[in-house]
Amino acid sequence: MKKYLLKRLGMSLVTLWAVVTITFILMHSVPGNPFAQEGKMPKAVYDNLQAKYGLDKPYTEQYAIYLKNLLKGDFGDSMKSRVETVNDMIERGFPVSARLGLQALVIALCFGPALGALAALYQNKIPDYISMIIAIIGISVPSFIMGTILIQFLARNVGWLPIAGWGTWQHTLLPSFAMALMPMATMARLMRSSMLEVLGQDYIKTAKSKGITKPAVILKHAVRNAILPVISILGTTISNLIVGSFVIEKIFGIPGLGRFFVQSIYNRDYTLIMGTTIFYAAILIIMLLLVDIAYMLIDPRIKLTKEGR
Amino acid sequence: MKADSQFSKEMFQKATQEDRNAEKIRRPSIKYWPDVWRRLKQNKLAMTGLIIIVLMGIMSVIGIYINGFDYRQQDYSLINIHPNSIHWFGTDDLGRDLFTRTWFGARYSLLIGILAAAIDFLIGVLYGGIAGMATRKVDAIMMRIAEVIYSIPYMLIVILLSVVFSTQGSGTSLFVLILAMSLTGWVPMAILVRGQVLQLKESEYSLASESLGATKGWILLKHIIPNTLGPILVNVTLTIPRAIFAEATLSFLGLGIQPPKASLGSLANEGLAGLPVGNAYQVLIPALFISLIMFAFNVLGDGLRDALDPRLRK
Amino acid sequence: MEKVLEIKELAVSFKTFFGEVEAVRGISFDVGRKETVAIVGESGCGKSVTANSIMQLLPMPPAFYKGGQILFNGQDIIKKTEKEMQDIRGNKISMVFQDPMTSLNPTMRVGKQIVEGIIKHQHLNREEAEKKAIEMLDLVSVPQPEKRVKQFPHEFSGGMRQRVMIALAMVSNPQLLIADEPTTALDVTVQAQILELMKELQDKMDMSIILITHDLGIVADMSDKVVVMYAGQILEQGLTDEIFANPSHPYTRKLLASVPRLDMDRNESLHSIEGTPPDLYIPPKGCPFYDRCDNAMKICKDHMPDKSHHSNSHYSHCWLHHELAKSDTEGSK
Repeated sequence: MKKYLLKRLGMSLVTLWAVVTITFILMHSVPGNPFAQEGKMPKAVYDNLQAKYGLDKPYTEQYAIYLKNLLKGDFGDSMKSRVETVNDMIERGFPVSARLGLQALVIALCFGPALGALAALYQNKIPDYISMIIAIIGISVPSFIMGTILIQFLARNVGWLPIAGWGTWQHTLLPSFAMALMPMATMARLMRSSMLEVLGQDYIKTAKSKGITKPAVILKHAVRNAILPVISILGTTISNLIVGSFVIEKIFGIPGLGRFFVQSIYNRDYTLIMGTTIFYAAILIIMLLLVDIAYMLIDPRIKLTKEGR
Repeated sequence: MKADSQFSKEMFQKATQEDRNAEKIRRPSIKYWPDVWRRLKQNKLAMTGLIIIVLMGIMSVIGIYINGFDYRQQDYSLINIHPNSIHWFGTDDLGRDLFTRTWFGARYSLLIGILAAAIDFLIGVLYGGIAGMATRKVDAIMMRIAEVIYSIPYMLIVILLSVVFSTQGSGTSLFVLILAMSLTGWVPMAILVRGQVLQLKESEYSLASESLGATKGWILLKHIIPNTLGPILVNVTLTIPRAIFAEATLSFLGLGIQPPKASLGSLANEGLAGLPVGNAYQVLIPALFISLIMFAFNVLGDGLRDALDPRLRK
Repeated sequence: MEKVLEIKELAVSFKTFFGEVEAVRGISFDVGRKETVAIVGESGCGKSVTANSIMQLLPMPPAFYKGGQILFNGQDIIKKTEKEMQDIRGNKISMVFQDPMTSLNPTMRVGKQIVEGIIKHQHLNREEAEKKAIEMLDLVSVPQPEKRVKQFPHEFSGGMRQRVMIALAMVSNPQLLIADEPTTALDVTVQAQILELMKELQDKMDMSIILITHDLGIVADMSDKVVVMYAGQILEQGLTDEIFANPSHPYTRKLLASVPRLDMDRNESLHSIEGTPPDLYIPPKGCPFYDRCDNAMKICKDHMPDKSHHSNSHYSHCWLHHELAKSDTEGSK
C-alpha cells in the first residue's frame, strides 16, 4: 500500500514536471515578442522589460530560474498587470472558482448517481425515461449554452436570480447548476449501466437468497458496487469542471481564476498563462491522486492487485 | 401398456433421416455485423441520431449554396434581421446571412470532430496495438508514458497550443485545433485497443495462427483488429462529439475559429452579444445545432455499444 | 416419507423480444425430508430456472409462472408475497450458487455477509451475530475463522469461498438447501471436499437437498433420487439406483455413456451427445429429444409420449416403452 502510494506520488510529480516543461517550451516558442503589442517603445524601456522578465538570458537559464521559483511557490510577475503578481491573481481568483466548482461537483454527485440508480432499478419504465431524458439533455447541451439559456429565461425574463456578477449565494446558483449538468448527466449514465450490470451479478442473487429486504440489497450490495466506476471518473469530472469554469465565468461575469486565465490569453500575458496553467495542472493532478486513493479505500480488491505489481 | 387405437404400428417404425430433416425448426444462424445492424435499427433513439448525422452531413456540404448568400457577405442595411423568408435563420450584427453561416459552421464543426476522431483512431490503434503485442516491459513503459500524457489536462494543452500557433487576430487554424486535440485524445483509444489485444492475444484463434508461423503484425492486423472493431467503433463515435464540444468551447471563448470563418461554437459566441438586445435567435440557433450534433453522436454511440454487447445477444 | 417440497406441473416462461421462451414446461417431483434429489441435464434444460423459481429469484418480468404449484410444507410458494418470501429465503430454504468467485459481494467483508442473514432471521444483536458467523465458518471448516471473517472475498480461494457460501446458507438450519451446480467451477479435489461437507451438514441438520448438476458422477455419490430434465421437461425420474442400473430413456442412457468411468477400457471412447437441444421459442410438439435420439421413431416427432412406469418410483417418457414399439423392436431383432 505504502509502496504503491509512493509510486503513484512519483508519477504525479513526473506528470507535473512534464506539464511545466511543455508549458515553458510552448510559451517560449510563441512567434514574435510579448511586448510587440505595446506599440513602439524606446529601446531602453524594451531592454529593461526584457531584463525584468529574464527574457535576455538563454532559454536553459530561464527554465532553471523558472523551475527554482516554482519550487518556492513563486509564479512570477504578470506581464500586463503592473500591480498584481501571478500569485496575487491566483489567490484572488481561485477561491471564487473553487467555490463554484465544489458546488457544481456536489450537485452532480448528489443527483447524478441517484438518477442513474433509479433508472436502472426501473429499467424501461417511466423513472428510467425521465432520468435518461435529463441525462441526454445534460450531455448534448454544452454548459455555455445551458448557461446562456438559464440567464435568458430564469434571470432576464423571470427575474428570479441575478443575471451575472458575484457576491451573494444567489449569484452562485445558476452558474453552478449550469456547470453541474454535464458531469451529472455523465455520472447518471455511467451509474445506470454499471448498476444494471451489478444487478445481474451473482452476489445480488446471493444477497436476495439470504432473505434480506430489497432496500438492503439495493443499497448495501448493488449501489455500493455500482458506484465504483462513477468514483473512478471523478478525476475527469474535475478536469471538465475546470474547463467549464472558463466558459461559465465568462458568461456570468464571475471574477474567478477561469476568467483571469481566459483574459490572460486575450492579453497574451505569458507569465500569467504559464502560471495559471501550471496551477490548474497541479490542482488536477492532486485531485487525480486523491480520487485514486479514495477508490483504493472503497474497493478492497485494488490494494492487493496494485501491491502485487 | 395398452395399444391406443389412434396409433398405428407404422408410426413406431424407426424415423428416417428425411423424417428428421422434414420440419427442422431452427432459427437462421445470425451473422455478427448484420445482427448488430438489425439491433441498431430497432433502437429508435440511435436511428434518430444516425438520421440527424446524415442530414447534418449532407446540409454541411450543400447548405451554404441553398439560399444564395455568401457566408462572408456583409450588408449593413440588413443587420440583425430576425428569421424570415429570405434570411431563414436571420442575419447577424454585420448583416451576414445566418443560414449560410450556420451550415458553414456545421461543416467546420463536423470536420473537426471527424478528423480529430480519425487521428485519435490511427494513433490509438497503432500505439495500443504495439503496446499490447510488445513484451511486458515495453508495454509497461508505453502505458506509463500514455498515463502521463493523459493526466496532462487536455483543454489546457489545446488552449496553450492555440495560443502558440495563432497569430494575433487570425485565430487558430483548423489544423492546429485538430493537432492540439489529438495530442492527448488518442490515449483512451490506445488503452482500449491494448486491453483488447492483451485479451485476444491469448485467444485460441491467435494462438492457432501463431503456431502456424504467423508474425505478430499479421496476427494483429488479421485477427485482433477485426475482432476489436466493435468497441473501437463505439469509441470513435463518442470521440467525435467530444472533439466538437472542445472546439465549440474554444471558439466560444474566442480562441478557436475566427470570423469571417465560422464554427458553431464561434457563431454562438458572436450571437451572445445579441442576447440582451432581443436577438436571442443569434445564439440559440447555433446552440441548437451544437446540441443536436452532440445528441446525435452520443445516442448513436450508446446504441452501437448496446447493439455490440454480446450479453444482450439472444 | 414426509414431503418437504412438492412441485406440481410447474411451468415457467420468459417473455423476450423474440417471443415467449418456455423454459420449464410442466414438471412435477417432490423432495422428502433428509432426501437428496438430483436434477440432471445439459445447460439450458431448465434446471436452474426450476431452482430459482423455488426461491422466487427469477427476474419478473421477463420471467413469469405460467402454471403449476410449488408446495413447501404444504403451502404454495408461488402465492407468497415478497415479504413472506424474505422470511423463507435464507431461513427455511437456502441456496448455493455455481460460481463462488462471483457469488460473494466483492466489497463487503465475508463476516458481514454472513451476519446479514443471521440478523435477519435469528434476531440476534450484532455482537452475537458476529460470534455466530465465526461459528458458522468453523462449522464449514474454514481455518482461522476469527481472522477470516474480517477478510474480503478476493482473499479466499475458490473452494474456501464456496465454504463461505455454504456457511451463509446454513445460518438458520434450513429445511431445504438448493445447490445449483455447487462444484462445477471448482478443482476436482476441492469438489469432493465440498460435496463431503454438504453430506456431513445434511446429516447434522436434518435437511433436504436439491442438487442441480450436469455431472452424473456426483449424482451417484450424493443423491437418493434423480430427475432427468431436457428442454424444460422431465424425461425420466427414479431412485438413483434404478436410474443407474436401468436407465430407460435414450437420453439418460446417453448421459450415462458420456461419464468417464474407472473401469472403462482404455480404448473405449467417451460418448458425446451430438446436436443441440431444441429451441424453446418454438418448443417441439413431440419428444424434444427426437432430433438427437438414435432410437427415434416416426411417432416421436409429433406426439409427446406419456409416462411409462417401471416401478413405483421410476418412470420415463418414451415411446420405446409403448406396446407397439416393443413388439416391433423385438420383431426386428
